[in-house]
Amino acid sequence: MNTETAVEKRAEGEVTQHEAMRGGPRYRPSVDIVEFPGELRVMADVPGANPESIDINFEKGVLTIHAKVEPRHSQESDYLLREYAVGDYYRVFTVSENIDARRISAEYADGVLTLHVPKSEEVQPRKIELREN
Amino acid sequence: MLNGAFLGGYPVSRLSGEVERAFDHAFGGFPLGRGGGVWPVSVGRSFPLVNVWDAGEKLHVEAEVPGLKLDDLEILIRGSELTIRGERKKPDQEDVTYHRRERGAGSFCSKVELPVEIDVDNVKATLDNGVLTLVMPKASSALPRKIEVKVKK
Repeated sequence: MNTETAVEKRAEGEVTQHEAMRGGPRYRPSVDIVEFPGELRVMADVPGANPESIDINFEKGVLTIHAKVEPRHSQESDYLLREYAVGDYYRVFTVSENIDARRISAEYADGVLTLHVPKSEEVQPRKIELREN
Repeated sequence: MLNGAFLGGYPVSRLSGEVERAFDHAFGGFPLGRGGGVWPVSVGRSFPLVNVWDAGEKLHVEAEVPGLKLDDLEILIRGSELTIRGERKKPDQEDVTYHRRERGAGSFCSKVELPVEIDVDNVKATLDNGVLTLVMPKASSALPRKIEVKVKK
């Protein structure tokens, strides 16, 4: 489909641009995406990120999460055990247009970012009341 | 069901597959998260991952525990063995559809053998934005001792 191709190209351009702008490795946060009757909820593990350093962008059906994380200890030679690396979190999703982008909201607590992505009114199931005569 | 309506576009695979479909029912082939990958329920070693560095008289231990509070964690030190255990609660939500489920839930227990003994009474634990930091003074027996050499006259 033409529209999908357009989204792909646009998104790809954006990713490339990001790559060129910022060096250093970026890590892919683990996410849960849960569909509720009225909204989609995206929960991402971004431990170590400050709420001020998290960028969430939604543009033309592409949802981008980018959290900047500075190294907490940079003296390589001091490490006795290193099971994980510290750096920016980055993840991109394409989302259909059946959401109400203006009402997307986000909260952050204990290293977990939660995005509320409301469905647009017309795709929400309507409740029809039946009355007994 | 509305699921079909939320499948928009294809993943862009050229750049390490960073663009994904957000609402995809395909549960096979999850991308591995950093380090440990998918976190199965009730895992042993793989959560939390731990970094340890030497800061002279102290050891710094750091672990990523997103979604947990200090009260959810149990930190045990026996000699030079550190254990971090706890539980990340499973969400008990009904009437929802999971499109992706990569964040693990359940109980975990991580053991780390430290290179020296620790002064257990003076360990400080802080939790900030999902990162647990333990500052652990080395036991006096583990500190380097300067030995005076007396010159015999």
